Amino acid sequence: MKRVAGLARIAIGDEDAARLAPELGNILHWIEQLGEVDTGGVEPMTAVIPNTLRLRDDVVGADPLTGGGIREKLMANAPEAEHGFFTVPKVIE
Amino acid sequence: MGAPNDASDLTELGIAAIRDGVRGGDFSAREVAEAFVARVAAAKELNAFLVETPDHALAAADAADAARAAGDEPKPMAGVPIGMKDLFCTQGVPTTAASRILEGFVPPYESTVSQRLWDAGAGMLGKLNMDQFAMGSSNETSAFGNVISPWRRSDGGNAPLAPGGSSGGSSSAVAARLCPGATGTDTGGSIRQPAAFTGISGIKPTYGRCSRWGTIAFASSLDQAGPMARDVRDCAIMLEAMAGFDAKDATSLKLDVPRWEAGLSGDLRGKRVGIPKEYRVDGMPAEIEALWQQGIAWLTDAGAEIVEVSLPHTRYALPAYYIIAPAEASSNLSRYDGVRYGLRDLPEGANLQDMYAATRADGFGAEVKRRILIGTYVLSAGFYDAYYTQAQKVRALIARDFEDAWGRCDLLLTPTAPSAAFALGEKSADPIAMYLNDVFTVPSSLAGLPAMSVPGGLDGAGLPLGLQIIGRALDEQGVLGAGLAIEQRAGFTAKPERWW
Repeated sequence: MKRVAGLARIAIGDEDAARLAPELGNILHWIEQLGEVDTGGVEPMTAVIPNTLRLRDDVVGADPLTGGGIREKLMANAPEAEHGFFTVPKVIE
Repeated sequence: MGAPNDASDLTELGIAAIRDGVRGGDFSAREVAEAFVARVAAAKELNAFLVETPDHALAAADAADAARAAGDEPKPMAGVPIGMKDLFCTQGVPTTAASRILEGFVPPYESTVSQRLWDAGAGMLGKLNMDQFAMGSSNETSAFGNVISPWRRSDGGNAPLAPGGSSGGSSSAVAARLCPGATGTDTGGSIRQPAAFTGISGIKPTYGRCSRWGTIAFASSLDQAGPMARDVRDCAIMLEAMAGFDAKDATSLKLDVPRWEAGLSGDLRGKRVGIPKEYRVDGMPAEIEALWQQGIAWLTDAGAEIVEVSLPHTRYALPAYYIIAPAEASSNLSRYDGVRYGLRDLPEGANLQDMYAATRADGFGAEVKRRILIGTYVLSAGFYDAYYTQAQKVRALIARDFEDAWGRCDLLLTPTAPSAAFALGEKSADPIAMYLNDVFTVPSSLAGLPAMSVPGGLDGAGLPLGLQIIGRALDEQGVLGAGLAIEQRAGFTAKPERWW
């Protein structure tokens, strides 16, 4: 439980882990019935409706939303931004 | 149609009636917007709206009135105010997906679907409450409180009922006449089940019809936007405005939008409607079975030939969905890290990893965490093939079942949900019991097919029940036509008594 929560980057205490383990166990037990299905020779689905992947035009700034020059907009929702940068706790000792 | 004198009458009108009335000068768009704004403001008890935006609705109305005065060609939804599910990013208007982790987030851009609606002349009454990140079937997972259905059981019990989910703010608001139409999104039934619970109509189009750009992602291979409204015609009008190719969504289909409203016909002569025998599940209330039989009779009356079909992998759809959707969610929701937007929880002395974990522990609700954890587990090294790859193979088999059925029929008729609306709190203790609510809606989601719910009647407690029509990929026209045939025969006019 703790390992999965660690992979998911969600902090859980011992109490949470004890409560969640049987709950998730039940759900996993329920979905394990898929194992009964004979899927020999079946390709896993990759696209639900046939479609072709498109490439966008290789032009700088073709889309004003992604073309750069919008730093203020990008930073406007940051919980803590300084001097035009996102900030995080110190990562280098 | 006579011009209503009383402002409250305007809120009884649907999308087509408002559009036509504004065009004909029976009333102004401003009068319509003011009437709905007042209804929204007076309905706080339903908790359907997270944010009210009367100025947006009034500005769109004034633009519609000015365009009419100037003799301009009327826009398709000019003068129609709608509700916007809070999963759609709206520029300058807070958007949270009903989660604390996005509290305070104000999008600097507009989702494609909402932009298309504004371009069509619609205005926004506000942002609608929903299950957090669209994960839920009862609207009980919102971080901002349950949405309450305007319906009550006729037995005198006043237990607050679930409006369905995840588009529960949308269903509650449309049923309570707070707006004539609302956007919804459907990943495993989130448009159709709430529509059924509240006696309204809603359609999930073929995957790829509506752009996902700017719609907060839950499970990207399943998420589709669609309209929820009072009747089939209104759904057709609104879907025409919402759908269309968008280069910004790699899965958007490069196809013209059919003129679904103009093509509406309830004449089903020459159509074959399949009844999938696997949808007759244990413990289904007799009233739902009876309504299903009634639906068969209605479609026969409309000229359709009824055939029994088999979708043998139906029972595996829900377990496959509860691998695929959480897997995609765990990946999509990894972006909420407390750095770029939304909530940040930085405990004293915490390092970067601690900050991520604390932020996500604080910001996500219990159901969202549950699904992220399941998704993380099924995608983790050593388990991926047994769970995720197997689920995608089963998904291919479910899609093949439908393909086989289309050899024998053009449309499928099923109940929308296995029960009428349940009381808030009734199922929230048991995740699997809640998941089973989507048993009839998930298979068509997994296959990407268009499907709609229309009201069929009331159960013994006076609560609405819905019928579902499923069609071939891209055959929204056929789905809407069969929906119309049911609507014309069901004569569903029941509406909730106003208590709020």
